[in-house]
Amino acid sequence: MATPTIAPGPEAPSWPARKSTGRASRSWLAALPLLLFIAFAFGIPAIAVVVGAFTVEDPVTSTSRLGIENMTDSLQGAYRTSLWASVKLSAFVAVVGGVLGTFLAQAVVASKGTFLREAVMTASGVLANFGGVPLAFAWIATLGNAGLLTTTFGLGKTGFSLYTFWGLAIVYLYFSIPMMVLVMAPALDGLRPHWREAALNNGANGWQYWRYVGIPVLTPALIGGMVLLFGMAFSAYATAAAMVGATVPLVTLQIADALSGNVLVGHENLALALSLNMVIVAGIVMVIYLPLRNRSSRWLQ
Amino acid sequence: MAAMTTADRRPGLGRAGVLAIAAVYFLVPLAASFWFTIHNDATGFSFSTYGDILTADGFTQSLFMSLGLGVTTIVVVLALMLPAMLAVRLGAPKLGQVLEVICTLPLVVPPITFVAGISTVLRWAPDQLASTPFWATLIAIQKPNFPIVLVLAYVVLATPFVYRSLDAGLRAIDVKTLVEAARNLGAGWTTVMFRTILPNLRTSIASAAFLTLALVLGEYTVAVLLGFRPFAVWIVTISGANAQLSVAVSLLSLILTWALLLVVSGVGRKRT
Repeated sequence: MATPTIAPGPEAPSWPARKSTGRASRSWLAALPLLLFIAFAFGIPAIAVVVGAFTVEDPVTSTSRLGIENMTDSLQGAYRTSLWASVKLSAFVAVVGGVLGTFLAQAVVASKGTFLREAVMTASGVLANFGGVPLAFAWIATLGNAGLLTTTFGLGKTGFSLYTFWGLAIVYLYFSIPMMVLVMAPALDGLRPHWREAALNNGANGWQYWRYVGIPVLTPALIGGMVLLFGMAFSAYATAAAMVGATVPLVTLQIADALSGNVLVGHENLALALSLNMVIVAGIVMVIYLPLRNRSSRWLQ
Repeated sequence: MAAMTTADRRPGLGRAGVLAIAAVYFLVPLAASFWFTIHNDATGFSFSTYGDILTADGFTQSLFMSLGLGVTTIVVVLALMLPAMLAVRLGAPKLGQVLEVICTLPLVVPPITFVAGISTVLRWAPDQLASTPFWATLIAIQKPNFPIVLVLAYVVLATPFVYRSLDAGLRAIDVKTLVEAARNLGAGWTTVMFRTILPNLRTSIASAAFLTLALVLGEYTVAVLLGFRPFAVWIVTISGANAQLSVAVSLLSLILTWALLLVVSGVGRKRT
């Protein structure tokens, strides 16, 4: 594959203004391969999803036309249940993982030993990327039907099962909490000790310090981290597929099912309508987050 | 000060509690998985599962396929991203916002919706392209032992990570001054690229490469739904026949991924 090179700049610029405009026009060329690649590899599938989601196929006459039937179908019955279950699971993981991750980050940031801090931060960096199939198998070996803890403590008799909504939540927290630690530790580091001292000198107690100073400053980082956790849990497929198969209805599992041809004839585009729903939900969550992103930057720089 | 230390002592207990619970939650599954692979009620203790991995059906094939895909993805994504990001620094700052949006898109669009789009295109394309020269290309990118279509997808999925790594590296050096100095001394653009820019970005290029490799080695969603069988898919296919083996391979792939990520964080720390 040919390596694109930087477009050559003007030979001997004599005029500063001309130099910059000359460069600007040609610098675009260096980014052209990337833009073309994204337009091809990302743009075409994206267009296919949107067009397909609004294309209704008639199995009898084998014709297709534009329509919203796929979209309305994708919001009804089992599909509606699965989208709702995905949103609930992701929201639960985001909030619980966000809170627990923040406590863990605070415990690490507040402790004096640098060794503990280094160890936890490195472990978090590693565990936050621990998703997919291996995560599922590690938990199956631990709490699955034949898992070590399940057999040792006889959890099976108590009705416990890993292959449920709550089982998935426990597993998803395994990568969500470390991710939250990674997000929150720098933000907690940004809380200046003299803010706390000022608050205490003015007669505030510890709770009041957190209520009126700490948490308001941290809110954007908190929400940003939770949005990230929501997105990770919402789009996770490999872990769920390897773990629960189809016993917990999640929208990612439904899409995979529909893509594998497991839908009524003429409803092949349902997978695309479900996909579009997912993108819309993810987009809404991002939109909520964006205005908050810059709010605390002036405090935490 | 004295009042503060007594006030801090109580949270100290809470802190130890938080850390202890976290340690249990994060370490038990790893320990239990390891135990699961070496102990079997029928045969007792044995490390033979780990020995069986190498001879397991399809192991080397799927691993080499994943490694090949990973290396190709790294080369392509760097060849596309580096020039674009340098262009932003050198004279097209407006392009920076475009680039940032492009590199955030894969985070907003879940991989499964991306693969839904790809498989739709691949299903639709044969009808439209059968009589054109693109037909051969379409077949070529879907070769079962080295599917280039997966490289295309992985490059898109890797852009956010590569963007962040390279951006951190470019922030630390003054690209414009370096390039102008090199140009004034008579260096051609190839020299500038390979002897001035790249050596200065060594660490961030390395971390971008490792993150991409970790991503490709663990990727399951796109591969399984397009019907290919790289490493992560192989682990799931053998799990039915040999649960111990699949857990052992999972643990090993974890350790491999961790080693890669530890190298990244070690490299990142050395530079500061």
